[in-house]
Amino acid sequence: MTSIGAIQALLLTQAAPAAAGESMQTSLGSPSMMSILFFFMIVAVTLVITYWAARKTKTSSEFYAAGRSVSALQNGFALAGDYMSAASFLGISGMVALKGYDGMIYATGWLVGWPALMFLVAEPLRNLGKFTFADVVAFRLKQKPVRIAAAIGGILTVLFYTIAQMVGSGALIQLMFGLKYEYAELIVGVVMLAYVLFGGMLATTWVQIIKAGLLLFGVSLLTVLVLAKFNFNPGNLYAAVVEKYGQTALEPGGIVASPIEAVSLGLALMFGLLGLPHILMRFYTVPDAKAARKSVLYATGLIGYFYVIIPIVGFGAAVLTPGGRKFISGIDGGGNMAAPLVAELLGGTAFLGFIAAVAFATILAVVAGLTLAGASAYSHDIYVNVIKGGKATEEEQVKAAKIATIVFGVVAVGLGILFKGQNVAFMVGLAFAIAASANFPALLMSIVWKRFTTWGAVWSILVGAISSCAMIVLSKTVWVDVFKFEHAIFPMKNPAIFSMTAAFAVGIIASLLTPEREAQEMFEDEKLRTYLGVGAE
Amino acid sequence: MSKPAVSPLKDRSTRSAHEVIASPEFKALVSKRWKVSLVLLTLLFVSYYGFILLVATNKTLVNTKIGEVTTLAIPLGLAAIVIAFVLTAFYVAWANKSYDPEVERIRSQLR
Repeated sequence: MTSIGAIQALLLTQAAPAAAGESMQTSLGSPSMMSILFFFMIVAVTLVITYWAARKTKTSSEFYAAGRSVSALQNGFALAGDYMSAASFLGISGMVALKGYDGMIYATGWLVGWPALMFLVAEPLRNLGKFTFADVVAFRLKQKPVRIAAAIGGILTVLFYTIAQMVGSGALIQLMFGLKYEYAELIVGVVMLAYVLFGGMLATTWVQIIKAGLLLFGVSLLTVLVLAKFNFNPGNLYAAVVEKYGQTALEPGGIVASPIEAVSLGLALMFGLLGLPHILMRFYTVPDAKAARKSVLYATGLIGYFYVIIPIVGFGAAVLTPGGRKFISGIDGGGNMAAPLVAELLGGTAFLGFIAAVAFATILAVVAGLTLAGASAYSHDIYVNVIKGGKATEEEQVKAAKIATIVFGVVAVGLGILFKGQNVAFMVGLAFAIAASANFPALLMSIVWKRFTTWGAVWSILVGAISSCAMIVLSKTVWVDVFKFEHAIFPMKNPAIFSMTAAFAVGIIASLLTPEREAQEMFEDEKLRTYLGVGAE
Repeated sequence: MSKPAVSPLKDRSTRSAHEVIASPEFKALVSKRWKVSLVLLTLLFVSYYGFILLVATNKTLVNTKIGEVTTLAIPLGLAAIVIAFVLTAFYVAWANKSYDPEVERIRSQLR
C-alpha cells in the first residue's frame, strides 16, 4: 500500500520548517479559532444525535444493527463514511500532488471492490446473517470452531486497521491543530466511545452519514475553487502541471513497475473490501436484501465521485501552492498536507479550519465503525455463541457488547500511544491482505459451495490469516523498512495473489477430506434464505 | 382486476420448502442470479485489471497525448471508475426488474 507510506513519512517529519526559497505562510499546526469552532460544532451535533440514539438503543439488535431501521440511502452514505478514511482523503490527494498520475492509479483500486461486493456477497450476507460475517460462515457448520476462527480473522483485520487509523490520526491532528499526540489519541478515544457506547449502531450510522456529507461537500468545494483558477477546464490544469513538473507528471510511473505486484495489490484492495468486518456489518442495519443492494449502489456512486474529483485537488495543490511539491513535502514527507494547504490558499483560514475539522470527524467516524465491529466479533461470536452456547439473555448480550466496546476503545487508544512514531504504514496493507485472504474466501465458499465443511472453513481462515501476515512480515515493507534487515525474504510487497489462492485451495482440500453430511443437508435451508430471504432476520 | 383479495391465495398451489428448492423455477432463479453476477464480475475484471496491466506494460500507448498535454492514461483511469459504477447500476436495475418479482412469486407459493 504505497500511499500509506505517507503516514509513515508523516510520523518521521513532524511539521518541519518550510523549505528554503519560495514558500507560503500557513497557519497549519497552530490551533486556529476557526478549526476549533468547526470541530466543536461537529462534536456537539454528533453528541446530540447520540443522546437521541441512546433512547432508541436498548436491545442487542438495536445496539449492533440500529434495529435494522436504516434506509438504503442512509446506509449508502454511512458505508461511504465508514470507508473513506483520512488516509484516502489526505493520502491520495498528497500522492497525486507529489507523484502525479500514480496517485490516480491508486485511487481506482479503492473503488473496484464495491461492484464485487455487490455481485458476490451483499445480498446473501444480509439474508443469512444477524450481526457479524461469522454468522454467515457458521450458518450450517459447527458453531464453536468456525466462530472462533472467524472471530480471529475479524479481530485481526479490525485491530491492524485501527492501529493504522489511530497512529495516523494522532499525527494528523498534531500536524493540523498543533495538539499533542497523546491528547489527540485520548480525544478520539473518548468521543468515539461516547458515540458507540451510548448510541450504538444508530449513533455510529449518523456520525458516518454526517462525516460523508461534510467530506464530500468540502472536497467538492475545494475542487470547484481549484478549477475556477483554470477557467473550469481540467486541460488548463494539466497544462500547468506539465509546465511546472514536466510531461511525466501525467504518465504512469513506479507504482506499476511490476505487473504481478500491481495485480496483487488490486486483488487485496478489491477482495479485501469483501472481508472488512466493519463494512460487512453495515448490511445488517437495513431492513432487507433489496435495501442492502441499493445501499451498495449509493455508496459506489458517492465513493466513485470522491475518487474522480480528488486528483484535481492533488494536481491543484502541486501547481497553486507557492513552492509546489517541495514546500508540500517539506511540511509532511508523504504529502498529506497538500489538500489542507490548497484549502488555506484558496479559502483562507476559515476553510482550512473546516477541512481540518472534517478530517478529524472522518477519523472519529471510521474508528467508531471499527470499534463496533471489533466489539461484536468478541461479544456476539465468542461470548454469546461460544462461551454461552448461543443462550444468552438480551440483557447479557447488551452488557457483553458494551464491555467489549469499552475494552476495544481502551485498547485502541493504548495501542495508538504505544505505536507513536512507529512505522505502521504496513498495517493497512496487512488489514486488507488478511481480509482478502482469511475472511473473504470462507465467506464466499460458505454461501455458494454445498460441500464446504467446518474444517474447510477453519483451515481456510487460519491459512489465509497466517500466510498473509507471514509474507508481509518477510517482505521489504516490514523486514527491511521496520526490522532493518538488508534483504527481504519474500520478494513482493503485496501477498494477496498467493495468500488468497492458498486460502481457497486449503478450504477446498480440507472440505473434501472431511465430508460433513449435516452441513450438506442444511444447504437447502440456506439456499431458501440466501435467495428468497425466507427466515432472514 | 377486481377479484376478492382471498381468491388468488386459494387458487395458487402452495408447496413445501423442499418442493420449492427442487422446482425448476427456483433452480433457474439461482442460476440466473449467478450468471448475471459472474458476467458482470468478468467485465469488472477485464476493465480494472486490463487498465492496470495496460498502464504497466504498454507505456507508449497510455502516454499518447489526446489533448495539448493530457495523456490517454487520464481518461482510462476515469473510465475504470465510471465502468465500476455502471456495472453496479446495471446489476441493481436487473435485480429490481427481473430478480425481485420472481423471488416474490416463488416466495408466495411457499407453504
